[in-house]
Amino acid sequence: MARGEDSLKRILIANRGEIARRIITTCKQLEIETVAVYSEADSELPYVKEADDAICIGKGPVKDSYLNMEKIIEVATNYNVDAIHPGYGLLSENGDFVKRIEQAGITFIGPNADILTLMGDKISARRAMVEAGVPVVPGSDGGVTSVSEAIQVAKEIGYPVMLKASGGGGGIGMVLCKNEQELSTSFSKIQSRAKAYFNSESVFLEKFIPNARHIEVQIFGDQNGNVIHLYERNCSVQRRNQKVIEETHSPNLSEQTREKLYEAAKRAAKAVSYTNAGTVEFIVDEAENIYFLEMNTRLQVEHPVTERICGIDLVEWQIKIAKGLEIPLQQESIKSFGHAIEFRVYAENPNNFYPSPGKISTLNWGNQTNIRIDSGYEQGNTVTPFYDPLIAKVIVHEENREQCLQVARSFFKETKISGIQTNIPLFLHILENPDFKRGSYSTNLLKQMVTN
Amino acid sequence: MKEIYAEMAGTVFQLLVNEGEQIEEGQVTVVLESMKMEIPVESKFAGEIKKIHVSEGDFVNEGDILITIG
Repeated sequence: MARGEDSLKRILIANRGEIARRIITTCKQLEIETVAVYSEADSELPYVKEADDAICIGKGPVKDSYLNMEKIIEVATNYNVDAIHPGYGLLSENGDFVKRIEQAGITFIGPNADILTLMGDKISARRAMVEAGVPVVPGSDGGVTSVSEAIQVAKEIGYPVMLKASGGGGGIGMVLCKNEQELSTSFSKIQSRAKAYFNSESVFLEKFIPNARHIEVQIFGDQNGNVIHLYERNCSVQRRNQKVIEETHSPNLSEQTREKLYEAAKRAAKAVSYTNAGTVEFIVDEAENIYFLEMNTRLQVEHPVTERICGIDLVEWQIKIAKGLEIPLQQESIKSFGHAIEFRVYAENPNNFYPSPGKISTLNWGNQTNIRIDSGYEQGNTVTPFYDPLIAKVIVHEENREQCLQVARSFFKETKISGIQTNIPLFLHILENPDFKRGSYSTNLLKQMVTN
Repeated sequence: MKEIYAEMAGTVFQLLVNEGEQIEEGQVTVVLESMKMEIPVESKFAGEIKKIHVSEGDFVNEGDILITIG
């Protein structure tokens, strides 16, 4: 495989919506040609028009289009691409996909297949972290196969416990069990869900950490064994275990804990000889103990907040590292400026979080000074029920957190979207919440707000 | 005859009842999947399931009839 500065001239993007568009933007700046793939349901979206070439690969449901590895690799081969960027979700963490890409003589922009497979299975990831000396949440050492075994483990670690599918992620395939009865009733449900979604019945238990924060560290590794971090992101504003707002730096975190997180993340990455962009997710409890949660072996949805405070284009770094080059900066040269917050605009009912597909008849964003908008849609586009409800990301970057909140308030008050419902009314609510304003909030924030 | 409709567009993820079965008001009959979210469809009526109009994996539009209850 060709390596070096000029080795990647044409890239296929195996994704859709805002992230496909965002990758195209960087490719254009680097004068790299782009090949987009799209489903019949997405033919009108901006990224399809903005790519140099765009090929329809099937019907709306992801299994007929964006998850069809064979078709995507066929297009990549026909269009003679040098590399494939997987974006996030879909096939981005699929070890088989990476193997097939490499067999076709194409570069995968991401870590190698072995790391993906190791980190994609939560039980093996946990084991690797324990061996590397990275703290993990107390739980079962491996998978549990029966209700009685689960009950036994839960007795040892103490209730409440989280029951999780080993192949799960993104909040799918996990349930909180407060006592033995709940664990018994949930066990077979999670097992069958694990089978249906992730094609593996493997489940495991972890102690539930109350009032936890979800804080993650952006890392990069290269093929020469260098590993650096690009600071942390606090992603504790979540609904149904899915992120809604992310910010960097994390408010209310001691300098000592921050350093502990960076060190643990780098240790985790080094332990598996990590290459390319990755994110190490941690749970931080009230006493600021840190526990490894999972490692995401791809670009994150919320990567723009890191880009804003560091002044770095993460997709450009991904492409450089995929070419076999070293990480462009050493740790000492990486600096951060100000505060950044990302708001995920979802097509959903802001009260019950139910999806709200439909045609976007009006899309008028507010004053965009110092605001970055990564949108997958334009006015007149239709949001279909086939994909996740993220339609755009709004990223505010200011000198400090206080200013970010102020700018965000005015921006969302001015923004007008009609035809679909969005969670913007919820943002306005969160921006007035005393705990959020103080920066003192856990992953319970939204649940508490909805209950009150 | 009473009917249970899809309240939003999506894919039929699970069918939880069979034709001929007696169901209660509030019972979950179908789970739809829309935008990666599972949406339980409860019956607004009690009665016998006369006909199931969809199969697992089918795509339905908002307002499509899912189940007829006698």
